[in-house]
Amino acid sequence: MEAVASAAPVWVRERRDAAAKRFAEVGFPTTRLEDWRFTNVTPIADATFALAQGSFAQAASLVSSVNVPGALRLAIVNGQFAAGLSDLSAMPKGVRIAGLRDGARDGTDGLEQHLGKVFNLETHPFAVLNTSHLDDGVAIMVTAGAVVETPIHIVVVTGGDGKAVVAHPRVLVVAGANSQVRIAQTFIGAPNDVYFNNAVAEVVVGEGAIVDYYTDQRESDQAYHIANIQAHVSAKGVFASHAFSTGAKIQRHDIGIALKGEGADCTMNGVYLADGERLMDTHTSLDHAMPHCTSHEIYKGILAGKAKAVFNGRIIVRLDAQKTDAKQTNRALLLSDDATINSNPQLEIFADDVKCTHGAAVGQLDEEAMFYLQARGLNRLEARDMLLHAFAGEVMEGLKIPALREQIETNFFTALARDVAVSA
Amino acid sequence: MLQVKNLKVRVEDREILKGINLTVNKGEVHAIMGPNGSGKSTFARALSGHPGYEVTEGQVLYNGHDLLDMDPDERAREGVFMAFQYPVEIPGVNNAYFLKAALNAKRKQQGLDELDAMDFMKLVKEKLQVLHVDDSMLKRSVNEGFSGGEKKRNEIFHMAVLEPSLALLDETDSGLDIDALRVVSDGVNAMRSPDRAFIVVTHYQRLLNYIVPDYVHVLSDGRIVRSGGRELALELEEKGYAGQTAAGATR
Repeated sequence: MEAVASAAPVWVRERRDAAAKRFAEVGFPTTRLEDWRFTNVTPIADATFALAQGSFAQAASLVSSVNVPGALRLAIVNGQFAAGLSDLSAMPKGVRIAGLRDGARDGTDGLEQHLGKVFNLETHPFAVLNTSHLDDGVAIMVTAGAVVETPIHIVVVTGGDGKAVVAHPRVLVVAGANSQVRIAQTFIGAPNDVYFNNAVAEVVVGEGAIVDYYTDQRESDQAYHIANIQAHVSAKGVFASHAFSTGAKIQRHDIGIALKGEGADCTMNGVYLADGERLMDTHTSLDHAMPHCTSHEIYKGILAGKAKAVFNGRIIVRLDAQKTDAKQTNRALLLSDDATINSNPQLEIFADDVKCTHGAAVGQLDEEAMFYLQARGLNRLEARDMLLHAFAGEVMEGLKIPALREQIETNFFTALARDVAVSA
Repeated sequence: MLQVKNLKVRVEDREILKGINLTVNKGEVHAIMGPNGSGKSTFARALSGHPGYEVTEGQVLYNGHDLLDMDPDERAREGVFMAFQYPVEIPGVNNAYFLKAALNAKRKQQGLDELDAMDFMKLVKEKLQVLHVDDSMLKRSVNEGFSGGEKKRNEIFHMAVLEPSLALLDETDSGLDIDALRVVSDGVNAMRSPDRAFIVVTHYQRLLNYIVPDYVHVLSDGRIVRSGGRELALELEEKGYAGQTAAGATR
């Protein structure tokens, strides 16, 4: 892969260089690593991806295809902030938004302090790779006490006009104390293009701040999508992550939340639809570092065709984190005999006065429920969709931006109709 | 309306129905009675098209069409309704939303316009009033957390909205207290009409005090061993099912 050359500030170059050095040491993960046991990334490691430069033919139409009315729009095209495709006309008070490159150059407050500092570089090879290309993306800085009503929608579009490209989009969100903000991030690419999107988002939730973060991964069927979201939540802060996935050939999501102050609360929910020959891997990690924190986690997967899914849900409750209340649920529905899932809850509890529950269930559609719906007049497809709606609904309900919810639901159920075979 | 000829049904390699013959005309209410294991619920479920009930022999004509050739949902859209003995709980599926989808599936089949949310609610409110059903039931997930009585009332409510031509009531009285039984029966009686037929499957004659049948059939070991009028149910109440075999049947 090509190196980035730009006149970035010294601190950016230093972080980039440190990451490049680190990546040269660790390289791409192999299936010999526990965290990558079921996800073989040699198709990414062995391929040649050119670092995406500039825009591509469908960029503008892809951006408008996922327009969320009423939201502020930040477009990232091939890893670069695209002011021309963004819509900042409804800029609310209390928010500063900058392209990362411009922000770093202009010395935007908080950028140097937080960028690349939220997550643990050592543990995520692809995040290291992203940082080694640290160049552009968006920064969203919310002033302390600001309640931002307007949703902020980050649209990440990737494509290479037929050329296999790689992009390293980057997002930084810093929510000041007692502020509130809702952010959505949609990943979409040129249909059928082969590309590698290696995204990183860092979120800093200040004391008492409330941050909602939604992701909608609907990349091209031939794309490789690796994403890493890491959030730090301060005392009494609330962070809710909802992840929706229907696309890419190989998806790997790492979502890590560290509850770093007393009384912090987080939700980490997701629904994914894996069909065809897709591989969808989700690794979640919850770090209960302080007492009196709560976490709620529900991941649901619908698997069809010959798809493979991986779910690994790690919860660490540290020695000091007394009175922790952590709940994790992971459910998967297999719609075909050839689909498989590897599900692994991983609880590491060092405190003694905690409530920690987890449950995992893998099953098929309830045939008695199917019959009940059919016996009232719905055909098999309608009955199935109704049950799948209900299955996914528990997580969809968390979408607090109505226009986005509608968009994500429509995409989800269109994808479901795509090639999910209905058993006779 | 319904002609059942020599119907034989197997459940998991066991023959449960061993040749049922029954004719039901429009406007009639037929009660199917019998002891546990006689096959009366199997009869209702086979008519509804449950995949676990395999028809091995016989014929069922519904309005002249081969009922057994139709999928369960086709039967429903053609006007066959089954009130389940054990209504299924479906978390996350809103009761009103589901019922609207079911009604519109049927209307579509009949070439009628689909009802929009407003017209549907108007219709539903009327039915709720007749049945004395609390409208909170609409907002809940289908049968989820419903008491036994609520589940049965919900079945009758569905029936009232879907207005079937042939209604199969599978042990609708089981688990009901006397008040719930009255509500359910009133709902059924309100729907009796010259165009609609009912097959009421029950173990006890108690239900038949409220839903008065035109015909009573006694099922034993997979066959109808006796048929008669309402008085047959009263006789069974008095003497029990003992001795109700094909051999001892009075014709």
